[in-house]
Amino acid sequence: MTALATQPVAQATAPAARRRRRLRWQRSISPLVLLLVWEALSRAGALSPEKLPAPSTVLATGRRLAADGTLGAHLVDSLTRAAAGLVIGGVLALVLGAAAGLLRLGDDAIDPPVQMARMLPHLALVPLLIIWVGIGESMKITLVALGAFFPLYFNTYAGIRDIDERLVEAARTCGLGTWARLRHVILPGALPSLFLGLRLAIGAAWLSLVVGEQTNTENGIGFLMMEAREFSQTDVVVLGLFVYAGLGLLSDLLLRIAERRALGWRRGLRAA
Amino acid sequence: MAARTEGGVTPVVRVTGVRRAFGPAVVLDGVDLTIGPGEVVALLGGSGSGKSTLLRILAGLDPEATGAVSVPREHAVVFQEHRLLPWKRVADNVALGVTGRDVRARSAAALTEVGLAERARSWPSELSGGQSQRVAFARALVREPRVLLLDEPFGALDALTRLRMQDLFGRLRDRHRFAALLVTHDVDEALLLADRALVLDGGRIAEELPVPLDRPRAPDDPGFGPLRRRLLDRLGVPVRGS
Repeated sequence: MTALATQPVAQATAPAARRRRRLRWQRSISPLVLLLVWEALSRAGALSPEKLPAPSTVLATGRRLAADGTLGAHLVDSLTRAAAGLVIGGVLALVLGAAAGLLRLGDDAIDPPVQMARMLPHLALVPLLIIWVGIGESMKITLVALGAFFPLYFNTYAGIRDIDERLVEAARTCGLGTWARLRHVILPGALPSLFLGLRLAIGAAWLSLVVGEQTNTENGIGFLMMEAREFSQTDVVVLGLFVYAGLGLLSDLLLRIAERRALGWRRGLRAA
Repeated sequence: MAARTEGGVTPVVRVTGVRRAFGPAVVLDGVDLTIGPGEVVALLGGSGSGKSTLLRILAGLDPEATGAVSVPREHAVVFQEHRLLPWKRVADNVALGVTGRDVRARSAAALTEVGLAERARSWPSELSGGQSQRVAFARALVREPRVLLLDEPFGALDALTRLRMQDLFGRLRDRHRFAALLVTHDVDEALLLADRALVLDGGRIAEELPVPLDRPRAPDDPGFGPLRRRLLDRLGVPVRGS
């Protein structure tokens, strides 16, 4: 029975995994080619180093700034802001999203204003935020928190609402009380949506950080770039871009790994 | 029509005067029903007759119904769909909400009873429809119910799987002696499994038919035909011919 039942699954996944592995390898070719073309054009003198320095130059600058500790210090400042904003915005989104998703009263009270606020592009709030909280650290953190809040709120809400009511009912007939239902049915059922929301929230957080760090900052990757622009150090500006991109890629990768671990049960679904 | 007690034994399920309306549409209009210990009662009725509504009321899933309903705490429900939590492995689905000692061992024993001991670590999405429904039965059995509430539990299965599941149900019932209310639209299923068949019509129990056939039963038993004809007739599908 075991052999009969597991065999088709194993057969189906093996070639699929191989195909995926080959695909991932193939997908790294074109970015590498682009980098090589960029490098070649720079060395041939087709790209002026003031406009766009060669990737190797950017890398060398990165190594130099990393060696003297500048890059690390600014990176820590940026990461601290992003983390603080994410935690504040994320916790608020989870609490309000859960209240709106689970309780009718919460839905009536919380969802309409949030839906209205969503229509405001949060980056356009910078002037208002400066008036409210000043140009200091709190403005940057508020901006990140705002950016992270909306995607996570909406996905928390949708994740809870999309749970199959019949499963909740079955859990009730199994004798599960409210807390047990939250823990065994609602939370795991909403988890895929929560992960999606978190990914979007982190993306929005980086974006908010970039914008926030360009107004009156004394540290952070954004400051590094603005300062370099004043001295026409294009290599440092491009390095800043690389760092932002790297941060985004890294956070996405980490989240994907966490998602694969937490949502192992969906693997069977996909293979079938 | 009145609540009847089998030979003076205290019934495990007692329902009197249950009413349920959805807006202006009265679906149940004073239903009386009793189920004795270990008795399997089939509830038949056309589609929309309210048989599933009645079962949901007995399962405690419908707070808006009125009337007196007494169902023991030790009851379990099997739905037409398996309703397993896709994020829990089979054994954890069976053990859902079970408290006390040896939950793991009891869950394994229930899975063994339905012939799926070796699938304890599988995800529900890796099972076939029949296997999933067997797990749903294991999830009900592990609670050692005095009453099983079954809402067309074999309705979504293919014909062969359904026959095997009906057979399994008969064996489980012989071993555990639970009482059961079996909601079904299948007259043959009712006559194969039940001690008594009820027909729900017009919001009331319109017909009550004991099924005094010896077990194991088969649809070609001599006593089967007349009962079948009578039930079908009552359900508005008269059988012509002999």
